[in-house]
Formats: sequence, C-alpha cells, structure tokens
Amino acid sequence: MQMLKKIKQGFWIFLTISSAAQAQVSEFELDNGLKLIVKEDHRAPVVVSQVWYKVGSSYEYNGITGISHQLEHMMFKGTENLKPNEFSQIVAANGGNENAFTGRDYTAYFQTLEKDRLHVSFRLEAERMRKLVIDDAELLKEREVVAEERRMRTEDNPQALLREAFNATAFVNSPYHHPVIGWMSDINHYQAQDLRQWYQKWYAPNNATVVVVGDVEPQVVYELAKKYFGPLKAEQTAELKPQIEIEQKGVRHIEIEAPAELPYLMMGWKVPVVKTVAADAAWEPYALEVLAGILDGGNSARFARDLVRGDQIAANIGAGYGLFSRLKDVFLIAGTPVKGKTVADLQQAVMAQIDKLKTELVTQEELNRIKTQVVANAVYERDSVFYQAMQIGMLETVGLDWQLSDAYVDNVQAVTAQQIQQVANNYFINQRLTTAELIPLALDHKKPNVTAGGRHDF
Amino acid sequence: MISKIWVVIMGLLLSFTVNASPTIDHWQTANGGQVYYVYTPELPMVDVQVIFDAGAARDGDLNGVSLLTNALLNEGAAGMTADQVAAAFDDVGAQFGNTSQRDMAVLTMRSLIADNALKPALDVFGKVLAQPDFPQASFQRIQKQLLLSLQAENQSPAAIASRRFYYELYPEHPYGTMPSGQVDTVSAITVDDLKRFYKQYYVAQNAVVVIVGALDKSQASDVANELLGQLPEGDKAEQLAKVEPLHSAQTIHIDFPSTQTHIVMGQPGMSRDDDDYFALYIGNHILGGSGLVSQLSNEIREKRGLSYSVYSYFRPMQELGPFQLALQTRNDQAQQALDVMKNTLTSFIKNGPTDDELLAAKQNISGGFALRVDSNKKIADYLAMIGFYGLPLDYLDNFIDKVNAVTKQQIKEAFNRRVKPDKMITILVGGEAETK
Repeated sequence: MQMLKKIKQGFWIFLTISSAAQAQVSEFELDNGLKLIVKEDHRAPVVVSQVWYKVGSSYEYNGITGISHQLEHMMFKGTENLKPNEFSQIVAANGGNENAFTGRDYTAYFQTLEKDRLHVSFRLEAERMRKLVIDDAELLKEREVVAEERRMRTEDNPQALLREAFNATAFVNSPYHHPVIGWMSDINHYQAQDLRQWYQKWYAPNNATVVVVGDVEPQVVYELAKKYFGPLKAEQTAELKPQIEIEQKGVRHIEIEAPAELPYLMMGWKVPVVKTVAADAAWEPYALEVLAGILDGGNSARFARDLVRGDQIAANIGAGYGLFSRLKDVFLIAGTPVKGKTVADLQQAVMAQIDKLKTELVTQEELNRIKTQVVANAVYERDSVFYQAMQIGMLETVGLDWQLSDAYVDNVQAVTAQQIQQVANNYFINQRLTTAELIPLALDHKKPNVTAGGRHDF
Repeated sequence: MISKIWVVIMGLLLSFTVNASPTIDHWQTANGGQVYYVYTPELPMVDVQVIFDAGAARDGDLNGVSLLTNALLNEGAAGMTADQVAAAFDDVGAQFGNTSQRDMAVLTMRSLIADNALKPALDVFGKVLAQPDFPQASFQRIQKQLLLSLQAENQSPAAIASRRFYYELYPEHPYGTMPSGQVDTVSAITVDDLKRFYKQYYVAQNAVVVIVGALDKSQASDVANELLGQLPEGDKAEQLAKVEPLHSAQTIHIDFPSTQTHIVMGQPGMSRDDDDYFALYIGNHILGGSGLVSQLSNEIREKRGLSYSVYSYFRPMQELGPFQLALQTRNDQAQQALDVMKNTLTSFIKNGPTDDELLAAKQNISGGFALRVDSNKKIADYLAMIGFYGLPLDYLDNFIDKVNAVTKQQIKEAFNRRVKPDKMITILVGGEAETK
C-alpha cells in the first residue's frame, strides 16, 4: 500500500493500490537462453506479445549506422518458410496488430492479438528469429523505404535536424552520437551481406527477451514458448566494447541553419542513469527524475507556470530525462521562445530556473505533487497492456531487472529536496552542457501553381 | 478495493464471451445532457469526457474561436487563476486535457477514484466547465501562442498540404477551415467573442458526458450531475449544412524547400451515420486502411519502395468527412508515386476486392475486435463517438455482424457510386526534383 501526505490543505491522500493491481509476473528461461516474462492482466481477452533483442543503434559503429533499424525492416521481408510480407498477412488474418521499433539500446517486435491467438505470434517470431532470408533485391527496395523514412522524419524537419546535430555534438565517442535511423550516406550503402552478418550476430534466443502481457496463464505461455522457441539454437553473441564517453572540458555550442519559421533551443547536460550509477549514488537518477517533474511535470510545474504563463518567455518548453538507458545520457531541455523574445532570452530564463534549483530547496508542496502524480501514473499506466509490456521489455533489454518498474514508485517517493539540490549542483555545470540553436532560414514560398480541371485526369 | 477472487471470476466470464462488448448505460441529466457510462471495476481510476457540439464547424467567420474558447476554459475559473487550476489537478494526480476538432470540443479528465483525489478533481473540473473567467491576459497569451503555431505550420510540408486540402475540399462548408484558424481571423478575435461562443454552445443540451471507470452507476450519476448540473439547459447546436460534392478535378502544386513531396488526394467521403458506412469502411480497409497489407502499401511501398508511409482513410464526421489518400516521396519520384496511387484507386473502384481480400479484411476486423475495447481509454473514446453522433447503444454489439454481412458487390457498388477520381482534389507540397 502506498501512502502520501498532502500538507497544504491539511488532509491525507490514501492511495490504495488494491491487490488486483499487484499483478502477477512470472519469469522463465529456456535451455537455449531465451528469457520469457509473463504478466497477467485479465481485464480483457487480449494479449500483447513482444520480442526484444539486445541490439540497437548504440551497438553500431561508423559506416553502418542505422543497420539495426534497416534489419528491423528486413524482418518483414521473408524467411525460409515465409514470403516477403507474408508475416504481416498472417498476423492481419488473425485479427492482430503488429509493428516493430528500434531504439538506441533495443530492437523490438510486437503483436497484439485476441488471447487465443498467441501461438500465431510465437510461431512467426520463432521463425524469423533464426531463419530470416535477406534477399538482395528486397534490400535495395527497402533501403529506399528507409531513406524515405529518414527524409520524412529528419531531413525535412528542422527540429529533428537540430536534435540529430545536438546528439552528434554532446556525444563524441559514445555510440549515442549516431541517430537511430542512421546517416543518409550509410543508409545508401548497406549491402545484403552487412545485414546478414548483423542478423547472425545478434538475433538468437540467448540475446532475446519475450514479454507477454494479457489474459493468459503463465505456465501455458511457457509451454507454448518451449514448443516454438525451444528448438532454436543459441549463438555466441559478441561482447560489446564499453565506448565510454570522453570527459567533456567545457560548454559545447552549435547552430543549425535550416529552412524554418521558428527558432528552437536545446540544452542538455550529461547525467548518470540507473545502469551506470555507482551503488552509493543509486538515488541520483531518481532525484533527476523528480527534478524533471519539478520543471515539467504537468501544467502546474515551473516551466509552464513561470516561463510560459508567468514571464511569457517560452511559447513551449519541456524537460526530458530517461533514467533507464544503457549508457550515460543527457538531461534535455528544449523549447521555442515567444515572438519578440530570442533564443538567448529563453536560455537565460532556463539558466535562472537551474540556478534556483541549485540555491533553493524545492518546496514540500511541489515535491508532494510530483510524488502524487507518480503514484497516480503507476495506476493509469495499467490501463494499457502494451505499455506494461514495454516497461518490462525495455528494462530487461538494457540489462536491468524488470522489477525496477515496481520499485520505481518507492524510489521516487524516497527522493528529498536536498537530493534534488545536490544533483542540480553536481550535474548542471558547464563541463557537462551542450547547447544547440536552430536559426531559421527564409522558406521563400512561391505562389501556388493551380491547375484546374483535368490535367491530371485518370 | 477489489479482491483477487473477483478478478479471477471476471477473467473466466470474459474468456467465455470473447466478443462481448462493454455494457453501456445511457441516461439524460435533468437539464438534458446525454450521459454514457461503462463500469470497469478493475483499476481504481475513472476517465471522464465532456463533449460539446462546439468544434470548428461552429466558428462562422471567426475561424479559430472554437479552439480558443476551449483552450481558455482552464485558464481561470470561478476566481481561480490558471496556476491554481493547474495545481488543483496536479495536486491529486488528476490529468486534465482539452482539445477542439471540427465537430467536437472535448474536455477530458482522468483521476484516481479515492475520495480525496476524485472530489477535488471533480470540483475544479466542474468550475472549468461551468464558470470559466476568460481572463484578458490569458487570452492574449494563448492568442499569441496560436499565432506562433500557425507560423510553425509553414515549416511543415505535411501541415501545409493538409490545410490546403480541407480548403479545396469544402469551398462552401465550415469543414473547409482548420480548427487552429487563420492569422487574420485569430488576430481579430476578442474575449467577448469567446464569451458569446461559450454561452451559446457550452450548454447541457449540447453536451455528452462519458464516464468509464470503477464508479458504480449512482456514483457515475452524481459525477454527471455535478459536472453538467451547473450548466444552463440551452439549445442543441443546429444541424450543419450538407456538404456539396466536388464538380471537377483540381491539382495544386505548392513549392516548398523539402527533399520530399507530400501528396494528399481526395474528396468528401462519408458521415458517421452513413448508409454505406460498412461497405466503404471495409473497402477502404483493403485499399489503404490496413497498414502493410493494404493494396496501396503493397503497390507503393512493398513493390516499389516509393514511400515509407502510404494510406487512405475515410474520416466519418457529422456531415461528409474527407476521404483521403496520402504519401510522401523523394521529389523526383512524385509523379510516379501519384500515378501508382491513382491507378491503384481506379483499379479498386473498377474491380472491387477479391474474395480472398474481403475474407482477410473480415478476419482482421472481427478477429481483432477485442483489441478495440481492451482499455478504459479506448472504451471512453467509443462512448464519445456513440454519444456525440447518436449511434445506437448496441453499435459495438452489432459491429462484427455488420462487417461480416458486407459483400464484394456492395463494396464495389458503393465505391463506384461514392468515390470519383475524376473529381478529386490533389495537393502536392514539395521541391523541384534534384538533378543528379
């Protein structure tokens, strides 16, 4: 049971997490090293099945950046027993939703199905775990699809361009330097053999975690997993080099000039994450998490209250920190100044907010508010089986224990105002800071060229 | 608190009734608001939505007034400042949201059901709904933000294409503008306009309340009364004008310094209560509504690698919402991709789906029905749709039967009668093909 105190109006909030909310999670490991985690959620007769591989853009190096993502696309393009796109057709015919996503630290595939169809997911995922066929012609086409994806997401999106350049500046030798989708030149030069080697290296049961959440019985799921994934052969996976980011010696600043209407500011400080932090500093990522909430946790947080409504310097501004990445990450602040204010004005206002965190303790009222939100969110998140599976899969795949998601609320509850002040002073310093500014170039619209009636007739 | 045993029983019940949709209760408040309620006891939370027929279709000459009115509601109410309203929700972990589209103006709240969370959250939600102050200073700030976001649209080829598409699709209809308004109209709007708009449309007769969560029916009834009870009865918004069909094809190219050309093509499509709803819905599912396995995806992406994202959809609205096909591709491939998209559409209209395609679509839709209502959030969104558009309470119960009853011939006939490629609007936003 979680209990929170609310001081301001003199009453107590008892947030009772019912026994039903303490969902059953079962963990299994197959002989070939495949990990299976099953979480029961009997609210609806559905099941989500996700296969997580320990590989992503942070496993890549120059020349082949984005190859994990390209491989994710190729996983739909046929196996020894499935024609290109047949995987998707079978899932669709079984009423399923499916897709896949690649991040810096993981590649994951998922299907959401009516609960009796789980075997469809397992059969197909087992097939493409070891029996993918990478055809040269299919790769050439799919390379173009990925290039189009990159144009859509990055090349024609000025804020995304800035973000990409920001990461390439903040991280020098850490693989977080590279964009997940890869640099265009690398995309244009993948060869089928590159993809085959990457697949051979990382796609094996001993490098995968299968997460199942839904209206299922764990033992039944385990038997099903043994049937389909059990026969797959383990692989000797490569040991990753540590690629520890070099020490930063001062502020880094970049500017990107691109066709755009509005300027944009990004500021990021290198900070520890749960995976990289020393045992005696295990509280630090949670203090940074609460700090992010103080700045940007809801419409009453300091950014919305002081920078958007109060001083009216920011049109929009946000703070972001992910405490469960595999390598050291940045604590990011990004926003757009209002008309009449500059990026420099906004940066100054952000720095004033940071200085306040360094010199003044956050109020008990703010701290309670953030903690209440975290407890409430832990309930709200359970409305989505997909999200629950995501949490488990992500934690396991970056090499943490899925039970951390249960401990998260407690760890946040334990954060004190002093700890927030301490991490602000330790980490929000120039030797950790990178700033990036988007400078808009005129877009130069020409008059639209209207062709009425029939030039493009069918 | 829910016992584990109860959950097990619930699980067993569900496992015997795989396709059972949620049981919907519906009633009216004393002042004429429509309430739709589903009991979901498993999680100690509740989702509440209040929907008004007060979207941008009601803007009139003041394009943007609907969105501004909606955005100002939580900027100060019953004497509370914007900061106090925000803190009141955040203090108890409640999530408040507001949005305004063409048909609907929506307010949402998600809260824990513990008394000391739900009571304060409902209290401030009720004030936001019934006693907004429309402070002048807040209005000026939100107005400036909106003008800035209108400017930001001009750096997005997708946003430029979408705005122009609606403008050309609905030359004489209120659906032809964007909810975010235009620079001149947004600049001209005043607080008094917002107050007038609010007074006319934010009334009980014009409201639907959706409640999904671990509240029993009498608690849900109290919630609805508390929220709507403070509103005047008022009048339901008038019926919108009918959408006129397009008379000729038009292709518009807008130059933009992007590496891709965004292509949007379409025409007025169907309404929520359309007689052809299921034939058009399933037909489109096969044509471009089913992700990687649709005909359009197969032709554009799988066979030719021309685009990452290609799709078509009908957006059913109060009156005829758009039927839209879209993709983005490298500038020098724009014409080729457009040709393939058009050919795929004309061929589908001419031939209709195959037996296999229709079977696969039905299997996909009926086999996946349980996924449509597997969370409180999804159930609440369905209730909002059913309530706002006045669909029958058994809409979800009959959904699969209606899908399964659709024939190949009905799809072909409906597409032939309703979809007119020779009268469609085509918008291309992008740059010149680079010479290599």
